[in-house]
Amino acid sequence: MANVSIRKVVKAYEGDVQAVKGIDLEINDHEFVVLVGPSGCGKSTTLRMIAGLEEITAGEIWIGGDVVNDVPPRDRDIAMVFQNYALYPHMSVFENMAFGLKLRKFPKDEIKRRVDDAAKMLDIQMLLDRKPKALSGGQRQRVAMGRAIVRNPKVFLFDEPLSNLDAKLRVQMRTEIKKVHQLVPTTTVYVTHDQIEAMTLADRVVVMNHGIIEQVGAPQELYHNPQTRFVAGFIGSPAMNFLPCQVIDEGGLKVQLADGTKMAIPAARVDRYGPFKGQKMTLGIRPEHMTETHDSEKPGVQLMNANVDVIEPMGMETLVHHFVDGVAVCSRIDPNVQTGPGQILPLAIDMNNMHLVEDASNRVV
Amino acid sequence: MSATTANNVPVVKKSKLGSLERQRLWSVRGSFAALSVFVVIFLIPPFYMIMTSLKSSAEISAQKGNPWIVQNPTLDNFIHLATDASFQRYFLNSVWVTALVVVLSMTIAILAAFSLSRMGFKGATVLSTGVFLTYLVPPSLLFIPLFQIVGSLGLINNTWVLVLLFPTLAVPFCTWIMIGYFNSIPKELDEAALIDGASYPQILILIFIPVALPGIIAATIFAFTVAWGGFLYPLAYLYSSDQATLTVGIVRELIRGDVFAWGMIMAACVMAAAPPVIVYTFLMDYYVAGLTAGATKG
Repeated sequence: MANVSIRKVVKAYEGDVQAVKGIDLEINDHEFVVLVGPSGCGKSTTLRMIAGLEEITAGEIWIGGDVVNDVPPRDRDIAMVFQNYALYPHMSVFENMAFGLKLRKFPKDEIKRRVDDAAKMLDIQMLLDRKPKALSGGQRQRVAMGRAIVRNPKVFLFDEPLSNLDAKLRVQMRTEIKKVHQLVPTTTVYVTHDQIEAMTLADRVVVMNHGIIEQVGAPQELYHNPQTRFVAGFIGSPAMNFLPCQVIDEGGLKVQLADGTKMAIPAARVDRYGPFKGQKMTLGIRPEHMTETHDSEKPGVQLMNANVDVIEPMGMETLVHHFVDGVAVCSRIDPNVQTGPGQILPLAIDMNNMHLVEDASNRVV
Repeated sequence: MSATTANNVPVVKKSKLGSLERQRLWSVRGSFAALSVFVVIFLIPPFYMIMTSLKSSAEISAQKGNPWIVQNPTLDNFIHLATDASFQRYFLNSVWVTALVVVLSMTIAILAAFSLSRMGFKGATVLSTGVFLTYLVPPSLLFIPLFQIVGSLGLINNTWVLVLLFPTLAVPFCTWIMIGYFNSIPKELDEAALIDGASYPQILILIFIPVALPGIIAATIFAFTVAWGGFLYPLAYLYSSDQATLTVGIVRELIRGDVFAWGMIMAACVMAAAPPVIVYTFLMDYYVAGLTAGATKG
């Protein structure tokens, strides 16, 4: 077990393309950190640099107190689970899991004990004699995890391990991975493009975009206090709504939307947003904070009428899509509220949960 | 008019097969007909060869009777050859030359293909194209300049010359097949092995060779064919009887001036053709699998 430290790490490819632009990240011992971001944001490259599969252009990577920049993958004491499982097709499940231990010249009974323990933990004891081609996707992914566990490495690396599985299996394996980490709390770096996976698995989530780290934080913190427009829009599903607005002072601080709608800013936030008076900003509001109206609204709630465009009943909730001055907006309402396309739906906007983005810097203020 | 039952309900005559199945049936028949023509064309020479090898000289030169059928089958030709010291010598020469060429070519090809496919050094792509281009140079263009080289090495009329020259024909193509095959192995497999603690030689021996076995067998068959069936180089560089291999030995030994010992020539051909036929029969499935893998992923 060990901590991982990434210091000013840069990865540049030929032609001066920078995939990773000088990132800093401290990963604590036993911590489960998820790197999340869209394709090409540099998350996989970062993981592969930790693994030693990509050379580091500049900066330093430390694992357990040692700089590993020039240490080959096999001497870094890490284990990696790949998206396409990467099982050795000609070896049985047992041989696949034992391969790393055999190369490291572990005694036979020790290898057998470790493989049996890992197989038991992952519930694959009955598959040990099979070849990978005789396994389902989920079973293959378990074997790939088993291969990592038996090594008892300092750090686990996961490269989009659930992307090849169907939706149902993905949810199931997500729980399994979490359970394994509770049983074997090895430092883990996990890469995914799926923000739900990131939120559910991580102790801390690292949101990356265009080769830089946008924000690092606990899942709830990222959700409630995003620091940039990108994080605000990336975390949460359906995504946060963004509406162009202006901060005005008309008998109290208000935001004025492009269509003229004015909404009061709650008293608790007046100090925070006061300095932006007169500036063009973007109002960020999550779909769950634009809901159906109730008989008595709490303070800070503003009302707005929506002209319903499309409704999506999800069972436990209904998503309502409408437009505010040409900008598509999504609201989350109680499934019992009767509405349909073309109808006017009164909505309650909970301004206590509003976000305000400064357009010039794309930072949430 | 459609047939009607007593109750005046029209009965639609149904074909046993759907239209799609009928089309498939016809396409199967068509391809069988076309293939039969080729099979006949390709099998006539070996058939005639076997028939002639079983005839006595008298029967071969006889004007009467159907030349395609053996009247009095005899194994005399085979027995004569099998007990003939020079023929045994040729056979033995062919065997050891082929064995060495196959081992040498495959060792070079596998190592070259692995490094070209996986080590990712500068110019690897250009080099692998270059390897294939050398295969396109016809051997008949090379044997005169090669004579100079072989002569300066003192290898004229020495069977070892073939161990030097046949790999120049076999290695490029075998390397090309192996590059295609190795490229089809996912990159994550060697990365997983690297992380598991394997060195490059271990990755090659423990992962790549077992996984690429069909490709290796395909390339081995090719190298075998080049060495076993090679005619031009042994003809050009080996002139004494004790150094010759089977292909040139048959021609030199059994054609004396304008006298053709047809029965024995054909028996020798049957015996020379036997090893490749046996090898192909056993490894056919691998050969096809290997060639297609190389073709689509190369």
